[in-house]
This record gives sequence, structure tokens and C-alpha cells, in this order.
Amino acid sequence: MNQPLIELENVFKKFGQKQILNGVNLSIYRGAVTTIIGKSGVGKSVLLKHIIGLLKPDSGRILFQGQPLSEMKKSARQVFKSKISYLFQGSALFDSLSVVENIAMPLKEKQSLPEAEIKKRIRNIMQQLDLSDIDDKYPSQLSGGMQKRVALARALVTDPEIVLFDEPTTGLDPIRKNAVHSMIADYQKKFGFTGVVVSHAIPDIFYFSQRVAMLEEGRIIIEGTPKEIQQTTVPEVQQFIRGLESRRDDLTGMHTQLQGEKRFLEEMARLQRHQVVFSIILLSINNMEEINEIIGHAEAQTVLKNFSVQILNHLRITDICFRYGLDKILAVLPNTDIDQARMVCDKLAKELKAEDIIGIRPYPEFCFSVDAGFAEAQQDSKIEHIVAMAESAQNELFEFKVC
Amino acid sequence: MRFAVAKTTLASLGRRAISPIQEMGRIAIFFSHGFFHIFSLPLQISKIIEQVYFIGTKSIFVICLTGAFTGMVLGLQGYYTLVQFGSEGLLGAAVALSLIREMGPVLTAIMVVGRAGSAMAAEIGIMRISEQIDALETMDIDPVRFLFSPRMAAAFISFPLLTAIFDVVGIFGGYLTGSILLGINPGIYFAKVQSSVLLKDVSGGFIKSLVFSVVVTTICCFQGYFTHTRAEGFGAKGVSHATTSAVVASCVLTLIVDYILTSFLL
Repeated sequence: MNQPLIELENVFKKFGQKQILNGVNLSIYRGAVTTIIGKSGVGKSVLLKHIIGLLKPDSGRILFQGQPLSEMKKSARQVFKSKISYLFQGSALFDSLSVVENIAMPLKEKQSLPEAEIKKRIRNIMQQLDLSDIDDKYPSQLSGGMQKRVALARALVTDPEIVLFDEPTTGLDPIRKNAVHSMIADYQKKFGFTGVVVSHAIPDIFYFSQRVAMLEEGRIIIEGTPKEIQQTTVPEVQQFIRGLESRRDDLTGMHTQLQGEKRFLEEMARLQRHQVVFSIILLSINNMEEINEIIGHAEAQTVLKNFSVQILNHLRITDICFRYGLDKILAVLPNTDIDQARMVCDKLAKELKAEDIIGIRPYPEFCFSVDAGFAEAQQDSKIEHIVAMAESAQNELFEFKVC
Repeated sequence: MRFAVAKTTLASLGRRAISPIQEMGRIAIFFSHGFFHIFSLPLQISKIIEQVYFIGTKSIFVICLTGAFTGMVLGLQGYYTLVQFGSEGLLGAAVALSLIREMGPVLTAIMVVGRAGSAMAAEIGIMRISEQIDALETMDIDPVRFLFSPRMAAAFISFPLLTAIFDVVGIFGGYLTGSILLGINPGIYFAKVQSSVLLKDVSGGFIKSLVFSVVVTTICCFQGYFTHTRAEGFGAKGVSHATTSAVVASCVLTLIVDYILTSFLL
């Protein structure tokens, strides 16, 4: 991997008698989303505040592009600050200013943009975050979830290069929570910002993060790709991940990835012991970004939810469906060979109706396009191999055009 | 054992001596930081006007009211004192000089502390505890420049004007009791006002009001800004303590500074 953008070297921090950070070493890479997980009160927010400079370490260094923040000249610091943005856990909106004034604050105070440009940017971001008709409201008149989205809008309106998210989805309903996650993933892809997320949302964080680190007792006890973290045998990490993972995905009502993979292994055991064949179908929405852009992230999540419900309705009760990524659904079909899997796909393509998935509202014209791939499990093959086989066999299954 | 007791006693004595000096240092740094940024570009004109409206315009009524009654009571007290020496004709001079030199600047400052100073401390304090000041910092907006500088600039503008209003209304208050109620010739009253008040008195009062504006805004904003570092309470309680000490400290300091200034100006 390339040179880290931000590095924490042996960072110690004590509040009173309590040692919060006890020698943290962490690298944050350019263009990647790094998620920090860990129990409540373990110092994740404190860690994030060190990166942006709200707190100074008792000892240790924080480096930005190899240069320590504490030794930076004022001008270099200003450059760093102009590139970074922070989403507070408690939103930290200016409660005596209206929603629009809040979002406009970083643009008006720090950038010399014409009024029309500022207005345009605010309009854009508010539309993206599903924040309409609240321009002149004050933060105290909004629900907690809405405040969070206003804070998110304020953090993203400057098009920052680095965004620090302190629990961006706590207190949001499943659709909005997933909308925020898909937005982080989507914007990250589009603008290529570097993200650092503190979150409890397991397993969702594994879908959008490129790196995951766990903070425990003031140290980073594990750091790696989502796959590495999920497969680790370190007991603290396993315990933490399993403790937080629910049995069902709260957006789609499907099994979680962990549950699904467990069922996959059970089917694999049946195949090995009794030669009972089974297949998988991988469905991926191939134009999620376009849908997000046209109808907004929250509505796009509703579409994903409707799609999942339709899939569940059309499959057998014994089939196991679970999310395999932000916009991927994997179905494990027991007692099914590859020809039958193909028939299931054909049936889905025929029976699924656009209006059930997208709803009947007059949306601007867009397509909802799904790629489907299927594969039959072979003995001793791992889930990744079968998914890869299905992916390589993927072809466009259905495309709905809505007017 | 005895050595340990002596050590802790000495340490606590030292701490008590050092902490007020540290506090003063912090206030001085806070003040100079805020003062410097009144003039740093781009000037925060709209914020200053907003604060002039809040500190100045909205205080006019209360200043008129207190000014009128202060003048009236001075007229009453002055008359009964002067009449004993048969020199009630000097009432105009007595009322005008005590108002312009002392009462005007001091009472204006104290009234503004009650009306606007407490609000400054509470508002900034709440912004501190709800992380709004941290949010400003993350946006690279200097919170001291953003919150304190416009308030201090507005106080510079408002305090002398409010003091002037207080003085004039007070002089008319004295006229109300002295002339209308107690029968001093109005011509003599105003002639004495005119002849006794010198430019030196007016400029002295003006200087005082400027200094008080600095004292009041610095103390009130400082208390609010550092709400989170207070040992005696967090959250809402911290803000309430900060507001109380802002009001008490700025009133007391106003009177102390008044004494010092008077001794230099006389």
C-alpha cells in the first residue's frame, strides 16, 4: 500500500487519572475509508479529535503526509485544516442559526465564493441528503436524525479531502442509516476523499470500509481489511463483532452476512456428506450510483429495500438470502443444481415488476438494472470462489425503465 | 510525616498564589487576541452591527429608565443637602458633575453587564458545552475572532453612547425633581449645568466608559469561553456558574477600575 496520509505514532493521552490513549499507532491511507471500531468509552472520539487537532497528545506524534502537525507552520496548518472536515457525534450545530446558515457557515467564513455559488452548493447537498423544506428551521426544531444529516451536509459542503465521521449513523432509522453509509461509499468513490469513521454499525461498516481498526484499552489491537478483521481469531475482536451483529439486516430484513455464511457452510457440509447439491445466485444492482444521483440516497435505499422484499417473496422459504455488500444480494439455494438456478433467475426476471420495486411515484426517467450470476457449489470450494464464479458468469438480468 | 504536611501546605499555598496570576495572564492573552482580531481582515462589519444592536440599541430603554431615576434621586438628595447651606442653586452643577464623572459610566456599565454581559457569558458558555466552539475550530474559524472580537468592537461603540444617553436623561431627571417638584429656577439649574461641566469632565467619563467596555466584554466572554475548564460544575451548572461569576466579577472590577481611573483623571 502507498504512503499513509495520516499517521499516529505512539499517541498517549490522559484525562485526570484515566489513561485514554495508551500508545496508539494507526495509519490512514489516502482515498480509503478507515473505520475505527471499539467499545463505548474506549476513546474512539478522543482519537478522532487528535487527528483534527482539537486535542493535543500528551506524548507521541500525529503526522500529515509525513510532517508532524505540532511542528507545522501556521500556513501549512491552515492548508491542512481547509482539507479536513469533522462530523461531531452530537452534531454540534449552531443552535441560534437556521439550517441553511449552518450549512453555509464553512463556505461563507473561509471561502470567498459568490453568493449564487454558495446557494447552489447548499441546494445540491441538501437535495442529496433529503433535507427539503427545512431551510429556515432551527436545529432544536428538527429530529435527532435530521440534525445529524444537517451536520453531515455542513461537513461535506466544502468538498473536503479528508472527512472524519464520529458515529455518523447513531440514532438514524434503517433507511437513513443505510443511506448515509451508501453516501459515504458513493461520495468516497466520486470525490475520492479519505474517510475515518468511528462506528458501531456492524456489519455495514465492512461493506464500505477499505480498512478497519479496533481500539481496545487505549491501543489499536488489530488493523486490516474488512475480510481480515471478520476472519480473525483474536477473541476480543470476535466477541465484539458477534456481540453487535444482529440476526437480520435491518434494511432488507434478510439474514446478515455472517448468518448467511454460516448457512453456506452447513449446506457445504451436507454436500460433502450426502452429496446434496446447492447453488448460489448473486444479484448486484449495477447502476446504484446513478440511482443515488437521480433520486437521492434515502429513496435509493427504499428501492433496495423493496427489491429485497420482492426477492424474498419470490424465493422458497428454504432459500437463504443475505446482503453481500452495499448493493449485492446473495441467495443460497439448497437442493438446486445449476439448471434449476438458471430457471429461478429467469422466473425472477419475468415476475419482478418495476412498480413494485420503484414504487408508483412519478420519478424522473431512470433504469433499475440488475446483474445476476449463478453457480453450483463444488466440494471443498470456499464461498469467495463460488461468488467469483457467479460474478464471472454474471449477465444483465433485468432492466426496468421507469417514466 | 511532619515534612509531608509542610510540603502539602506549601504546595496548596503556592497553587493559590499562582492560580489568580495564571488566570490574569489568560485573560490578558484572551483580550489581546480578541482586540487584535477586531482589525484583522476581512472586517466583521455585519456581526459588529448585530452586536451594537444587541448591546446598544436594546439597552436604551433600561438606560433611560435608570438614568432618569438616578438623576431624580440625585436631585432630591442634592437639594436637601444644598438647601441647608442656602446654595440650592448649585444643584444643576452637582447633578451634572456626579453623573458625567461617575454615575453615568459606572451605572451604564453595570446595567449593560446585567442585560448584555450575562447573555454573552451564557450564550458563549452554551456554545462551548455543546461543542459548537469545537465545530468552529474544525472549520478553521478562529472562535475568539468570531465570538469575542465583534462583541468587544460593539461594546466600544455602544458604551460611550449609552453613557451619554444616561447622562443627559439623568440631568433631565434632576431637573424634574429640582425644578418642577422643589421649585429651583430652571434657568439657574441649566446655567449651572452649562457653566460647571468642562470638556475634561466629559472626556474623563468617555475614557471611563471605553475602559469599562473592555473590562465588561472581556470578563463576560472569557467566563463563557472557558466554561468547560471550571472545576465546580459541568454542563448547565457550569454555564450558570460562569454567568454568575461573569456578572459579579465584571461589576466588582468596574468599580475597582473606576477608582483607579478616577485617581488618575482627577
